[in-house]
Amino acid sequence: MEKLIYLDNAATTKTAPEVVEAMLPYFTEKFGNPSSVYSFASGNKDVITKQRETIAKTLGAKSNEIYFTAGGSESDNWALKATADAYQDKGNHIITTKIEHHAILHTAEYLEKRGFEVTYLDVDEDGVVRLEDLEAAIRPTTILISVMFANNEIGTIQPIKEIGKIAHEKGILFHTDAVQAFGQVPIDVDEYHIDMLSASGHKLNGPKGIGFLYIRKGVKIRSFVHGGAQERKRRAGTENVPGIAGLGAAVSRAVRTMEERTAKEIELRNYLIERVMNEIPYTKLNGHRENRLPNNANFSFRFIEGEALLIKLDMKGICGSSGSACTSGSLDPSHVLLAIGLPHEIAHGSLRLTLNEEISKEDIDYVVDSLKEIVADLRSMSPLYEDFIKKENK
Amino acid sequence: MYTEKVMDHFQHPRNMGEIENASGVGTVGNAKCGDIMRIYLDIDENQIIQDVKFKTFGCGAAVATSSMATELVKGKNIKEAMEVTNKAVMEALDGLPPVKVHCSLLAEEAIHAALWDYAEKHDIKIEGLSKPKSDIHEGEEEEEEEY
Repeated sequence: MEKLIYLDNAATTKTAPEVVEAMLPYFTEKFGNPSSVYSFASGNKDVITKQRETIAKTLGAKSNEIYFTAGGSESDNWALKATADAYQDKGNHIITTKIEHHAILHTAEYLEKRGFEVTYLDVDEDGVVRLEDLEAAIRPTTILISVMFANNEIGTIQPIKEIGKIAHEKGILFHTDAVQAFGQVPIDVDEYHIDMLSASGHKLNGPKGIGFLYIRKGVKIRSFVHGGAQERKRRAGTENVPGIAGLGAAVSRAVRTMEERTAKEIELRNYLIERVMNEIPYTKLNGHRENRLPNNANFSFRFIEGEALLIKLDMKGICGSSGSACTSGSLDPSHVLLAIGLPHEIAHGSLRLTLNEEISKEDIDYVVDSLKEIVADLRSMSPLYEDFIKKENK
Repeated sequence: MYTEKVMDHFQHPRNMGEIENASGVGTVGNAKCGDIMRIYLDIDENQIIQDVKFKTFGCGAAVATSSMATELVKGKNIKEAMEVTNKAVMEALDGLPPVKVHCSLLAEEAIHAALWDYAEKHDIKIEGLSKPKSDIHEGEEEEEEEY
């Protein structure tokens, strides 16, 4: 088999064998609709109840506060749109950040078109929200604060507990997009003062197309999908039973393996960062050095462009991702990298590598050796590098 | 995403490098947009392009179009070089994805910019050639567009 080193686990992860196993019966012999009366189908209701409980427990929540959705983007859309709708009598102001996922940013823009006012908080150079900025942005009309738990590109973890505390002291709802963080760091909704939380199955070795939104009891929230009585009438439609069975299995697995898995990832990730920073000149580490997701590394290599880098890595069997404009089809590089203050040309040369527990030290050595060669090769081609070296030698 | 020819030129770029004391050098593009191309021309007294080299900061398509453009103008006289359009570069590469068409335009502009530099230095006029509009420093100080 050709070499494949998959370092794009923030994009998606491999579905774990035990997750697939948990799902399979619900495609075949246990295909019944959970809403049906006969006993053949009612067992399917049990798996939903059981997995809802599993998930609730990991968050310190109650099972009737977990609502299954089709994934992170739907959960984010629901949290923002339905809250805006339910609380518009109280106010029309929402606070979020400039580094959110597009599922939040584009939903916020949509709400702006509908007459809501949105403050997009800046972040510091590590990608951390400043609490004083948050406090200053709060108005009497603020109904919702939505700040992601950890960033998908640069991995920076936000001071969620402090943000939640500020929100609750002011009587404002607090939502967090925890799609990247859930399963990687322990989260307790009470400890962190979280009212709503979005998560997705396929980021934690679960299936794609399934996720959930945690909604604290007492939060007024409108139905997202009207129809049947599923999900306490908030999100109608026959449940994705295999998806829910898989999500539950993935969450159990993530919680069970978290300590050991993330310790291993952190060690290898730090080794990766250390080698890259020591051995490849003119390189910047993006994101907070300590407060970052265990498996995330994000670099900017000056004078080169990210897409070219990704293609060359791909030829060596290495999968990564970039915040370069060329990978997104737009002219601007990643909004996250711009928000942490990177100039455009440096943002174009970024590379995100996100590990999993199967990655070995040998893999990392191969990746760094390949990177050194590729970066040098692309720099030898770069007029920006040529100008820089000529200037240095003057 | 890319044709075999694009991948071939990206992996094995032709005429990559610099020419010392070149007859003409042109740099176009903008680091902000993620593409900069520089073309060096060595043009003899008969106005034949004896040698050409390029350097490119950019994506796979940007490298491939620069590489192909240098192949297409090498050995040509300056009039023939003027006829190497972005379309010709694209065709020679068996096409580009729609979002990468601008790379081929940049390659054409880079050749023109190098020819312009040559014409200025030698005080001649090349028919159909106008001052290059792209400048690598253009827009660097511009304000960020509001989100």
